[in-house]
Amino acid sequence: MAKEDEVKLIGVWPSPYVARAMIALNLKGVEYEYIPDDLFNKSELLLKFNPVYKLVPVLIHGDKLPVCESRIIVEYIDEVWASSGRPSILPADPYDRATARFWAAYVDDKLAPHCRVLVWSNDEKSIAEAKEQLLAAVLQLEEAFIECSKGKSFFGGDTINFVDIALGSFLSWMKAFEIIMGKNFLDKTKTPRLVEWAECFRSVDAAKDVLPEAEKLVEFRKFAMAARRVTVADAATK
Amino acid sequence: MASEKEVKLLDFWLSPFGVRTRIALEEKEVEYEYKEEKNLILGEKSELLLKSNPVHKKIPVLIHHGKPICESLIIVQYIDEVFPSKTPILPSDPYARALSRFWADFVDKKISQYALRIWRLKKGEELDETKKELVENLRMLEAELGEKKYFGGEDFGLADIAFVPFTSWFYSLQAFALLSVEEEFPKLTAWGNRCLERKSVAKSLPEPKKVYELLSARRKELGVE
Repeated sequence: MAKEDEVKLIGVWPSPYVARAMIALNLKGVEYEYIPDDLFNKSELLLKFNPVYKLVPVLIHGDKLPVCESRIIVEYIDEVWASSGRPSILPADPYDRATARFWAAYVDDKLAPHCRVLVWSNDEKSIAEAKEQLLAAVLQLEEAFIECSKGKSFFGGDTINFVDIALGSFLSWMKAFEIIMGKNFLDKTKTPRLVEWAECFRSVDAAKDVLPEAEKLVEFRKFAMAARRVTVADAATK
Repeated sequence: MASEKEVKLLDFWLSPFGVRTRIALEEKEVEYEYKEEKNLILGEKSELLLKSNPVHKKIPVLIHHGKPICESLIIVQYIDEVFPSKTPILPSDPYARALSRFWADFVDKKISQYALRIWRLKKGEELDETKKELVENLRMLEAELGEKKYFGGEDFGLADIAFVPFTSWFYSLQAFALLSVEEEFPKLTAWGNRCLERKSVAKSLPEPKKVYELLSARRKELGVE
């Protein structure tokens, strides 16, 4: 492959944000080199390529400067490899595109921060609050799914789109929380459509080898709790 | 027979997020109906707002052909995509677009929460901390801008639109937090003045003194002063 076509992705395996970039690259059939970083000991490379946030994922395409922030990376991937003969990640219609961006942003504003608390915090009050907010977000997303999917399997209809990737990347962590807390966040009675959707998403080719096993994340959380000298904010990956 | 204007904007004059959408509409020379949420500062929201943005219940909301679009940067990109013009808000190159989005997003993540909170803080640790964060982040913006005309280079774009509404708050930052953007960030100051030369910006930005007056009154009500 010519140097200007080489694609590298810096990431850490537990990160849902990194998963998003991988799923998008897989969807487009793009070959890339994965460069694992260390959450607890960030590399010089990461600090050099993402000086603003010092977070993964970071996408490096050819000799261009890096692209950071997972949703921005996914849009970049969709635009660069638009003519790959693969389905579009962002819808073609501007209104549908705005809707997809809205719900992907919703995942990051209203779901992700509470997941972060559940991963990193051991304060009972914060955890209780996060659980409540997470449940509320999931209920809202069930409604969003019904509207966006129009009776089909994904937010994107027949194929996964921006919202599927944004939310689907959190599925392993949601399962991990269920194991840790003995509480279902995706529930057959309250969010039946999302439960079905989760099954469909997990079996999509582009996603199935990307999402880590929930049990591994449970182990990771134990390790993170023990190694906990890092603040909730510091440890966040976007 | 009254005809419904095709484009409506639900907004509040003070909101930097609202200003973004106004600038975008002006850049594209779109005729629109401006609907002010007059009592927003009292916490009152109109039926139309609650119906159009049931999830967040916030302005701005753009209503196009009866369909609502929410979240300012999403609205601006929608406007760019739907209303073509000689001056696109996002460039065509995917890498340049990613950069534009990154810095617009940076303003949301690293500027707005500090700039919009600092006015209601009493003298003390929280004010100092907030000011410190804001200054650090403004420094990053100043460095990113460098010697360029706009954040995107020669063309006024998404990142400029994202940040320029906050220039109306600089006067208040000086008054309430003793933060002089003019002194500490000459490049951003010059950029702000360049942006003001654009009709779309001059028309859309609230006057810094008016912002100051409203915030000053609110500070007294909240007992900050």
